[in-house]
Amino acid sequence: MSLMRMSTLIVAKNVCVRYGQTEAIKNISFVIKQGDFIGLAGPNGAGKSTLVKTILGLLPLSEGTIELFGKPQEQFHDWGKIGYLPQKFSTINVLFPATVNEVVMLGLLSQKKWPKRISKNDQQKTDKILQELDIQTLKTHMLSELSGGQQQKVLLARALVAKPELLIFDEPSTALDPQSRKEFFLLIQKLNKDKGITVILITHDTGYIGNYANKLLYIDRTLIHFGSISDFCVSKKIGPYFEKSDEHIIWHQHN
Amino acid sequence: MDFISFLHYSFIQKAFFAGSFVAMTCSALGLFLVLRKMSLIGDGLSHVSFGAIALGLFFGFYPFYIAIPIVMIASLAILKISEKAKVYGDAAIGIVSAVGIAGGVILASVSKGFNVDLFSYLFGNILAISNTEVVLSVLLSFIVLAIIYFFYWDLFSATFDEEYAKTTGIQTNSINTLLTLLSAVTVVLSIKIVGIMLASAFLILPAVTALQLAKSFKIAIVVGGIVSVLSVLLGIMFSFFLDLPTGATIVMINALFFGLALIYKRL
Repeated sequence: MSLMRMSTLIVAKNVCVRYGQTEAIKNISFVIKQGDFIGLAGPNGAGKSTLVKTILGLLPLSEGTIELFGKPQEQFHDWGKIGYLPQKFSTINVLFPATVNEVVMLGLLSQKKWPKRISKNDQQKTDKILQELDIQTLKTHMLSELSGGQQQKVLLARALVAKPELLIFDEPSTALDPQSRKEFFLLIQKLNKDKGITVILITHDTGYIGNYANKLLYIDRTLIHFGSISDFCVSKKIGPYFEKSDEHIIWHQHN
Repeated sequence: MDFISFLHYSFIQKAFFAGSFVAMTCSALGLFLVLRKMSLIGDGLSHVSFGAIALGLFFGFYPFYIAIPIVMIASLAILKISEKAKVYGDAAIGIVSAVGIAGGVILASVSKGFNVDLFSYLFGNILAISNTEVVLSVLLSFIVLAIIYFFYWDLFSATFDEEYAKTTGIQTNSINTLLTLLSAVTVVLSIKIVGIMLASAFLILPAVTALQLAKSFKIAIVVGGIVSVLSVLLGIMFSFFLDLPTGATIVMINALFFGLALIYKRL
């Protein structure tokens, strides 16, 4: 194992986030190292998206600290190192007449200073990532004209074009059929294994993510489990969150 | 009168020149406003400019010099009210808009002297544009277009996906403020062309027409610009020859383009 693999990307210490008087998440601590594939799971309303948005600086920390790539979050500006794929179309303006080419280029803006301009080199980077994901034929199509799986690949291309070291996915498989979901997860696994990109992936499906992730971060407003999935399966922590039959299935999937 | 003689009138040339610049500005900015569901901000700010113009006339200042800063302040007030007072954006626009109209009516009532002047701003008259107004319109349009050019990708990203834009380090709150301030300037500029009552239509119509036809955002900007400028040129021409109010004719031609675009899209 190289030193690179051991380098630390995220250190979260006692992270608390409040919406007014409501405590969305509290006292969550974990360390994510380069090369990890983290499944971030938990029941509905557990604070999974809140945690990810806090890491990305979209929500303010109420208490605790987050370090990104060795820097306190407030001093971290190298956002090109982090690729983000939000929950499908939760935030995207679907009436916007953007082409696939234009959407993917948005991923390069994190590397640019004002006034942001797109160069020939940027176009080459965009073409390359479209080719890698086998969607180069869609380049001039409008995003709204594509199927769910194709749209998801375009958003992945946007997240990947700046060559991030960390990819964060917020429930990427929500709108995908089983076959597209399998293909999408295999693609993410390939990025993790072949390119060493660290992955954090929010999912509801604790059973499914075990086929791909090497660690599980299970939260329910606070930290329930952080470590290997098989440890979670045999631990008593699993009890309150799953029916006996589900526990059995998950145990079989990971052992 | 023939068409060549019509083009030789200096007031027509001035109207064409200033109108085209303001039209391009309105269509470019209008696209961002429509896509951000902020179309009604043009309506609200044009109502504020009614009050601001009344204030200018009341104190004997050139109304546009007063209107631009006041409408800019009002635009910031809309932003702050919706952010801080837990009021939705449309309600915030309603509040500021009502204050603008009410202020204008009170000033007109108190002064009893400039009602005719004030009401002439309601429907605009680009054919009566002065040299100073031409310079002001072209200069401010140029500044607004230059700002849109330099912030193009920031505006694009923040409009397409605001949350993602933040993760790429774009200061989306600043972009929102910038867009609101630019809207304020553009609304005041469009008042001279189509008047207070129709200023928001001048912002919205070319944008929604372009959105029917465009296959990319860049094409949308170009199509919107062409539609908007053509509407102004044709509107000035038809209103002159048919003796119709110019502002209203420009807006009707814009609406006609929108109708044609809708039909074309469904063919």
